[in-house]
Amino acid sequence: MRTGWNVAEVIEVRQETGTARTLRLRLPGLTGHRPGQHVDVRLTAPDGYTAVRSYSVASALPGDELELTVEELADGEVSPYLVHQVAAGDQLEVRGPVGGWFVWNPADPAPVQLIAGGSGVVPLMAMIRSHAAGTTDGAPGFAAPFRLLYSVRSPASAYYGAELDDLARSPLLTVTYVYTREAPAGSGTRPRRLDAPTLLDAILPVSDNPAFFICGATAFVETVADWLVQAGYPADRIKTERYGGTGGTP
Amino acid sequence: MGIVSPGFFGRRRRDDPALPPGQYLTESFPVLSAGPTPRITPLEWEFTITTETGQVHRWNWEEFLALKQDDVTRDIHCVTSWSKLGTSWRGVSIDTLFESVESDAEFTMAHSYGGYTTNVPLDDLLGGKAWIAHQFDGEALEPAHGGPARLLVPHLYFWKSAKWVRGLELLRQDEPGFWESNGYHMYGDPWQEQRYW
Repeated sequence: MRTGWNVAEVIEVRQETGTARTLRLRLPGLTGHRPGQHVDVRLTAPDGYTAVRSYSVASALPGDELELTVEELADGEVSPYLVHQVAAGDQLEVRGPVGGWFVWNPADPAPVQLIAGGSGVVPLMAMIRSHAAGTTDGAPGFAAPFRLLYSVRSPASAYYGAELDDLARSPLLTVTYVYTREAPAGSGTRPRRLDAPTLLDAILPVSDNPAFFICGATAFVETVADWLVQAGYPADRIKTERYGGTGGTP
Repeated sequence: MGIVSPGFFGRRRRDDPALPPGQYLTESFPVLSAGPTPRITPLEWEFTITTETGQVHRWNWEEFLALKQDDVTRDIHCVTSWSKLGTSWRGVSIDTLFESVESDAEFTMAHSYGGYTTNVPLDDLLGGKAWIAHQFDGEALEPAHGGPARLLVPHLYFWKSAKWVRGLELLRQDEPGFWESNGYHMYGDPWQEQRYW
C-alpha cells in the first residue's frame, strides 16, 4: 500500500467519450496494482490552493503505469481540469493505489458478476482486463466466467466499447448493455431503465454463487443490491462501491 | 507546495476554518458502504454493550427511545474527502448508555447488522463525544444512511460512525475493524489526515 503523495507523470491521454478521458500515468516505484483499487489525485493552484478527489483505476498493468478514466462532473472541481486541461508530460500528485475490499482476487475460483452504472464501469474494467490478461496464469479465478451488466445512457456514452466487444469474444466474458436514454440505431430496442426482471435475466444464477461487484451512483447501487438480496443472492457475496450523493436511479 | 497545475483554480469550497486538511464541502449526503444495505425494522432491532468480562447490557427499540435523547449539531468528515457542516442528529449519548456499565477496558469494537465492524477507543465515545443516532434532520434515519440507528462519532472520519449499529464490544486491546483491516487508519483523526496506514 502506498499512502503518501507521489509525483506521477501523465504519459498519454485518450478521449473515451464526449465527457470522459483516460489518463495514463507513470508512478515511479509502483509495482502493479490490484483490480478495483483507486487513487487520490491532488491538484495545486498557483497560489497554493489544493483539491483532492478519488478516481478508480481502469487498467490492469504489471509495472509502474496505470490508467484512470475520469468523467467530467457538471459541478466538479478536479474532473474538468483532468478532462480538458491535463496533457501528456504534465505532472500530478497521486496517493495510492489504495483499497483492499472492492478488489477482485484471482485466487478466488468463483464466477464473477459485475454490474456497472455509467462511469461505475471503471474499476470493473480493471477486473475484466486483469481477468483477460491472466488466462495463462494458474490462479483459479482466471478460468472462472465473468459477466458484465452495463447500464449506460447511450452507445456514445459507453466506455471501452471496442475493447469490450473484442474481449467478449472470449467464452469467459459476457457483456450485456442496458441503454437508459438512447438505444443503438437499428437495434430495434427501446431505451429503458434497468428493472429487476431484466437484471435477473442477464446475470449469473443464484446456483452459481457468483461474487458480485457493483459500482455506480448511490441510488443505482442501492436499488440493484436490494434486488439481488430479494432474489436470494447472499448479501455477503455482494461488494459495492458508490460515487456521488445524488441522482442516477437505474 | 506540491506540483502546481497551471490553469487550475478550483472552486474554493474549502476556504472554511471548519474544514480539516484535504476536505471539501458538500451540500449533499454521499454514501460509503461495502455491500447491500441491511433492512432492519425497529421491532427486530436491539443494541447491546458487552463488557470485557462478558456481561451484556441490552436495549430494545422501545427501551432505547425511553432513554434521555440529545439533539446535536456537528460537522462530519468522510475519508473520501467530503465534509458536511452543521448536520443535525437526535440520539442517545454513549455516556447515557454507559451509566449502568462497569468496565476497565480502553477499547471498543462497534458491530453492525450486516457484519460491519469498526474500532474506536472508549475515551472517544465518552464525555459528550458520541451518540447512537436515530434521526437526521428531524426525520427517522434512512436505511442507506444507517437506519434504524448508527453510531455518531463526529470528531473522527465518518467510517467510524458505524451504520446499522447493533452493539459495542469492550476490549482490553485495540483490534482493527472492517475498513481498518482493508487499509484504513486505526484511529482516523481528520485534523491529522489519518486516512490510510
